[in-house]
Amino acid sequence: MTAAAPRPGLLPAVLRSAPVLAFTSWKGAIAGSFLLLLILGALLAPWLTPYEYDVQNLPGAFQPPSLAHPMGTDEFGRDLLTRILYGARTSLSVSGVAIAISLFCGMVLGASAGYLGGRFDRAVMVVVDLTWAFPEILVALMLVAIIGPGTTGTLVAICVAYLAQFTRLTRAQVMSLKSETFVEAARGMGASGTAILFRHLLPNCLGPVLVAGMLATGDAIILEATLGFFGLGAQPPTPSWGGMMSSGSGLLFKGPWIILFPGLCIALTVVAINLFGDALLHKLDIRERVRSA
Amino acid sequence: MLLEVKDLSLSIGILRLLDRVSFAVDRGQVLGLVGESGSGKSLTALALTGLVRRIGGVVTGGVILFDGQDLAGLPEPALRRLRGKRIAFITQNPMSALDALKTIGDQVDQVARLHLGLSRRAARARTVEILTRLRIPDAAQVARAYPHQLSGGMKQRVVIAMALAADAELIIADEPTTALDVTVQAQIVMILADLVRQRQIGLILITHDMGVVAQICDLVCVLYAGRVAESGPVETLFAAPRHPYSAALIGCIPREGMAPGALKGIPGGVPSAAAYGDACCRFAERCPRADALCRRTRPPERIEGGMTVACHHPLPLLSAAPEVAR
Repeated sequence: MTAAAPRPGLLPAVLRSAPVLAFTSWKGAIAGSFLLLLILGALLAPWLTPYEYDVQNLPGAFQPPSLAHPMGTDEFGRDLLTRILYGARTSLSVSGVAIAISLFCGMVLGASAGYLGGRFDRAVMVVVDLTWAFPEILVALMLVAIIGPGTTGTLVAICVAYLAQFTRLTRAQVMSLKSETFVEAARGMGASGTAILFRHLLPNCLGPVLVAGMLATGDAIILEATLGFFGLGAQPPTPSWGGMMSSGSGLLFKGPWIILFPGLCIALTVVAINLFGDALLHKLDIRERVRSA
Repeated sequence: MLLEVKDLSLSIGILRLLDRVSFAVDRGQVLGLVGESGSGKSLTALALTGLVRRIGGVVTGGVILFDGQDLAGLPEPALRRLRGKRIAFITQNPMSALDALKTIGDQVDQVARLHLGLSRRAARARTVEILTRLRIPDAAQVARAYPHQLSGGMKQRVVIAMALAADAELIIADEPTTALDVTVQAQIVMILADLVRQRQIGLILITHDMGVVAQICDLVCVLYAGRVAESGPVETLFAAPRHPYSAALIGCIPREGMAPGALKGIPGGVPSAAAYGDACCRFAERCPRADALCRRTRPPERIEGGMTVACHHPLPLLSAAPEVAR
């Protein structure tokens, strides 16, 4: 035995390489590269651009795209590309972090509800179905109204808005998996309830749940932009894609590029996330992976 | 005696699914538990490991003596330590008995690590050894494979390996060959038979295949509708079945040189558990020998010529000795 014995851990060995393998399909490669570039751009924004995102230059307002300003300038003469890069920081981190927290909480809630069943399950599901009954945007708006506009409000709002979805998905997965023969077999070999939950049930439902999380991140970016558009997201002068579109919407004829570029960014990012999620889905299925190998 | 089940009765809700079932198996013996679907075979297996509690089963009477200890009243943590370590359970369908996300080795290792406290390395060495003994070629390689890369017969052997990983003394195999094709079935049956002889373990083989029973079992216990119809040594049963139901089951085995149309089935079906009668023979509705007595009184258990038979009108003994009802 020269190969290292498989390491323990929640994420099974076969799933760990999936994100890398997703790059092997052209769809995953294009979408993944776009997302990587975007993340890099957001991280390195201060070094990539000579402009500040919040310094006004009124004489230079409403410049159409040029070499000096590839995406033009806005109504205050600020470079649009700079603001888009800084805006990506807000949009990506808020939606990413919100979905990550939501995913974690949803998995814990869903797995315990699905595994334990009974009264706890019913209590969780009443709350989950109640939030599920409203569109995400309504739940988010209500929460922002309570917490107040800003980055924190948006984050919490997105978190709660998607919690129901992840809880339901994990619960359904765990419920169908727990009656599988291999779970019964593990029990017959003396495995305890916690061992079954953590060793067999959670790893087996991780694939679909992670992909759902990926796709929800795309949705969350739109939700974040929507809240920003309504002026409920990150507050000026912090740029956010939704906020930029909002200010550009009144200037459609004076400077159409002001709304065009943030809009394009949102659309492309969401498409890229969906494509990458799709590529990931295929690579997470171990059977499919070995067949094509 | 390794395992002795006496008058085991079991209910789920208002359904009384097992009614005074008794059998025993010792080390180095194979007990065949036979009967049609719905006769209580799998339920008996679940009862022995305590897993029946998970589906709401309650033992209402009798004892399950495993090495002198009554399992019927044992709390769950104690049972869990027994499962896999001393009593191993082989599930019905090997195709889905393994976790698709974990390698074969990982899953077999786990049993030895859990019950014997072996290190990862020691457990893997043991796994490879067991797989080799089960005639799996290139066992080290197979240990690194995922379940979907193996055939059904290989998977079943892996499941058997899991049962052996912690040196279980009693193995309960619930129809271990039903999902496999015929040639592989024979291999698996032979592997199980060899294990019993070599390692002196007890094996309870649940099956509805009388052919397999004839091949490897020492003892047989025929269940019908939650009751034991007949039990005893397998040779005696096949030579001269006393209970009309056992006789009918044996009549269902196709034989070489049989005239066309000679293969018989048993008319009717197993009664549903909700319709189980108490003071009657439950086979009476399908029995050619049944009379009014059978529909009125529960047949007494007669012990004659080494066989226990619960029938009012049993078929004659082979030696034609005068019958004496208890």
